[in-house]
Amino acid sequence: MRYVDEFRDPAAAGRLADRIRATVTRPWTLMEVCGGQTHAIVRFGIDRLLPEGVSLLHGPGCPVCVTPVGIIDQALALAARPGITLCSFGDMLRVPGTSGDLIAARTVGADVRVVWSPLDALAVARASPERQVVFFAVGFETTAPAVAMAVHRAAAEGLENLSFLVAHVLVPPALAAIAGARPRAVDGFLAAGHVCAIMGVDEYRPLAERYRVPIVVTGFEPLDLLQGMLQCLQQLEGGRAEVENAFARTARDDGNAAARAMIERVFEVVPRAWRGLGTLPDSGLGLRPAYAHLDAVERFDLAGIQGREDPRCRAGDVLQGQLLPTDCPEFDRACSPDRPLGAPMVSAEGACAAWHRFRRHT
Amino acid sequence: MKRIQMAHGGGGRLMQQLLREHVAAVFGEPVMHHDGAVLVGAMADGELVMTTDASVVTPLFFPGGDLGKLAVYGAVNDLAVTGARPVALSLALVLEEGLPLETLDRLLASVKAAADEVGVSVVTGDTKVVERGGCDRIYAATTGIGRRLPGVRIDARRVREGDRVLLSGDIGRHGVAVLSAREGLSFGGAVESDCAPLWGPALDLLTAVPSAPFLRDCTRGGVAAVLHELARAAGVSVSVEEASVPVSEPVRGACAILGLDPMSLACEGRFLAVVPPAHVDAALAALSEHSQCPGAAVVGTIGAADPGGAVWLTTAFGQERPLDYPSGEHLPRIC
Repeated sequence: MRYVDEFRDPAAAGRLADRIRATVTRPWTLMEVCGGQTHAIVRFGIDRLLPEGVSLLHGPGCPVCVTPVGIIDQALALAARPGITLCSFGDMLRVPGTSGDLIAARTVGADVRVVWSPLDALAVARASPERQVVFFAVGFETTAPAVAMAVHRAAAEGLENLSFLVAHVLVPPALAAIAGARPRAVDGFLAAGHVCAIMGVDEYRPLAERYRVPIVVTGFEPLDLLQGMLQCLQQLEGGRAEVENAFARTARDDGNAAARAMIERVFEVVPRAWRGLGTLPDSGLGLRPAYAHLDAVERFDLAGIQGREDPRCRAGDVLQGQLLPTDCPEFDRACSPDRPLGAPMVSAEGACAAWHRFRRHT
Repeated sequence: MKRIQMAHGGGGRLMQQLLREHVAAVFGEPVMHHDGAVLVGAMADGELVMTTDASVVTPLFFPGGDLGKLAVYGAVNDLAVTGARPVALSLALVLEEGLPLETLDRLLASVKAAADEVGVSVVTGDTKVVERGGCDRIYAATTGIGRRLPGVRIDARRVREGDRVLLSGDIGRHGVAVLSAREGLSFGGAVESDCAPLWGPALDLLTAVPSAPFLRDCTRGGVAAVLHELARAAGVSVSVEEASVPVSEPVRGACAILGLDPMSLACEGRFLAVVPPAHVDAALAALSEHSQCPGAAVVGTIGAADPGGAVWLTTAFGQERPLDYPSGEHLPRIC
């Protein structure tokens, strides 16, 4: 399969691992920012190909995981109201709110639909004019363009029964929070290649400069990950702190102009609460005033709903790379994919889920 | 368009008309004289095996199959993997008021064709109609009776350390075919369901290797679920080489895009077999004759006794990791 097989070639991976071994002279800690990368690393065992002394930390790059419990509770409250259809990406359904999740809501009659694209929500709204349809808009810059397109079309069509519960977050502010922490646990970052495909590699240059930290834009297949790590380690060994692009087949310096324009048109940068990290300034996307009439929080008066995270869940520490999932006292005890205490254990990209699936016996 | 009405399940004239014109027309008149079928000679020798299967699917027709085929193959394949030659099937239908009769006819014709393909008869059945909204168009239940091959004993507890694990063909096509049809997704050409009768390959494999201790069709939960059931039932660990698991290109592509694991995708025409190492070649040769066994391959090995029944996967990078026991739901991920 093109673009997959050649990036999963074990012999080539072995050669990259050899080059990494030959490069490293002292311990380094790298953080991959994206949950998709976390899963690939653990699934393929990439971390085990690295020399002793090179550690990987898993960053706050799973959009499901960083969505705070308060917004999950808002979604649950919407789902519980008669006459409302909640459309969501699939992996939000099992994320626990203060009590229960959307799958449990569905068993008691809530109309919760899994959609593959935000644009599917428009079709649902058109097909059910008697119902209020809400799209649960979660994600980083990767899903923002499609959500923006859906918002824009809903406004253009004058669809009065569609609105958006927006929980969009941005990568650079989270990266800055981790890079700016003292003491800093991370020596270099692997940035998420698909985020950069939208926003552009250039977005990360001020961060590398300001925090004196190497950032390598990295893809998701085993060879992509090893190449990103190699370049990051070469920078660290050489005393450099630059932005490099190890995912050039997809990510360009200026990203995808059309996608960025659509985001810019619909969204503005707002403060956003992150699970376990608190509220970070300028870290999320919210609807611009021109689209405020499509904001579900306003339409259904949800602002007062505040969630309460399970105090046993240490998602914040895991998301900042301060705690390995297996070091959490509740890992595979009180917390498992069937009875999660927090989102990282159930999301397809969550670090705890990755370790549960791929490492729990080891 | 003619549609199912409540009276079609009411036990009166309309029901008789439905049975006569739509069911007996397909399966033959004698079926209708009694509710019970007499199986002449079925008990003459050997052991009888009985299985039952409920079939529901959306959409009713999907690339490579339909509900009718699933209903027949579901029961036939359950018999096949216990080493039993299918003798007779029953078919019970729950119909939703308003179901177009044309849809019913198409599905019944498909049931007949699938049963004929295996050489088994549908000898009895039942039909109920529920109000619109009471079910989703049509549900089918099949019960199958089969006669076990002499000398064959499929029992997970008979697997031994060092036995090899085989798959009868490439995996995951049914899961991707139904998902694509349901969600309107396309992956560089339609993926056709693997749904197929497994009695032929099972018979040839068990004839070639009568000592094979384990055979199981991989349906919901896919190969991963069968491996876990095997490991737990046998009280052994099982190791699988990821690179040797046959997965077709379009299925791999769909999995890469959707974040699905082919190991946990449903199949409807594949089985997993365990054979002693000395008989691997004979088993593969037996499968190679069958069109429903493309890419049959040895994928793993039975390990040492392990009451917990761990299942290990060795990745192409030589890393060993536990194979997930699928929870039973596929939730598409965000990005």
